[in-house]
Amino acid sequence: MYVYRCPHAHITLQSVISNLIFFEKCLADTADFILNFASMECYGEDVPHVLAVDDNLIDRKLVEKLLKSSSCRVTTAENGMRALEYLGLRENHQQNNGSKVNMIITDYCMPGMTGYELLQKIKESSWLKEVPVIIMSSENIPTRINECLEMGAEMFMLKPLKLSDVKKLRHQLTNVEVVKR
Amino acid sequence: MAAVVQLQRQFIEYTTSLYNEGYLDDQFTQLQKLQDESNPDFVVEVVSLFFEDSEKLLNNLATALQQKTVDYKQVDSHVHQFKGSSSSIGAQRVTNVCVHFRNFCEEKNLEGCLRCLQQAKHEYILVRNKLEALFRLEQQILQAGGSIPIME
Repeated sequence: MYVYRCPHAHITLQSVISNLIFFEKCLADTADFILNFASMECYGEDVPHVLAVDDNLIDRKLVEKLLKSSSCRVTTAENGMRALEYLGLRENHQQNNGSKVNMIITDYCMPGMTGYELLQKIKESSWLKEVPVIIMSSENIPTRINECLEMGAEMFMLKPLKLSDVKKLRHQLTNVEVVKR
Repeated sequence: MAAVVQLQRQFIEYTTSLYNEGYLDDQFTQLQKLQDESNPDFVVEVVSLFFEDSEKLLNNLATALQQKTVDYKQVDSHVHQFKGSSSSIGAQRVTNVCVHFRNFCEEKNLEGCLRCLQQAKHEYILVRNKLEALFRLEQQILQAGGSIPIME
């Protein structure tokens, strides 16, 4: 009787599964790396990445275009919760898979979480608090402006935003980077 | 060639009248300045979004004001949105109505709110028609081989 010894006898179902899981993680890491690398290639490392938060669709489109015209890479979020998720901050717990941004520009009046509350959460976070935050509002209310500046907002801007406003922002970004170095 | 010049002149006259009559303000010029080769339809895209958004808001406002017990906070929230988006594209007359509308919301004045809703709708339809006419003129100029004059 011929007994055939399977050359792969040492491989169990368990080991196949754990290998597959490891392989999947490698694939995911590689994908991440490629995406980051690709975006760096497209945008270059000197291009600031701005997160723009506004619940109004038209305003989001406008601020996105304004920033892109000033050579920024832009990500938009429609509310504070989504912004925090993007930044990797969920319920005050730091999650290391958050995306890096050089500046956050947010509307003040938003349902759920106001721009002020978003600003507060960012400034309370140990790793996000250095990111400059700009608050926008259609209403010129001095107490509101002071409140935001005191909470650490870099600037307060009146809506609707114009090209000249964004030029000021861009200037701010380069200043911040110079100071950091 | 003469046709293009004629169309361009029409365009300039029409645009000027829109600014003079307060239908549009400087913010519309800002939008036009943002349009470039990388985004040649930017103005039409944003304005189309505005049209869609406005129609939704006007419907929501009508519904909110028809309730047995009117939730003025909700009404105000819609008006705030409308004020914001109209201001962002430079639809000045719509924005102005929204300002008055918000005052009536604060006062919980139903009659005032209903009047403002009618006015807002009226002004919105007017500016929508004007902008559509403007875009048609632009298309005619481009199809005739001309370029859109830049308004300063």
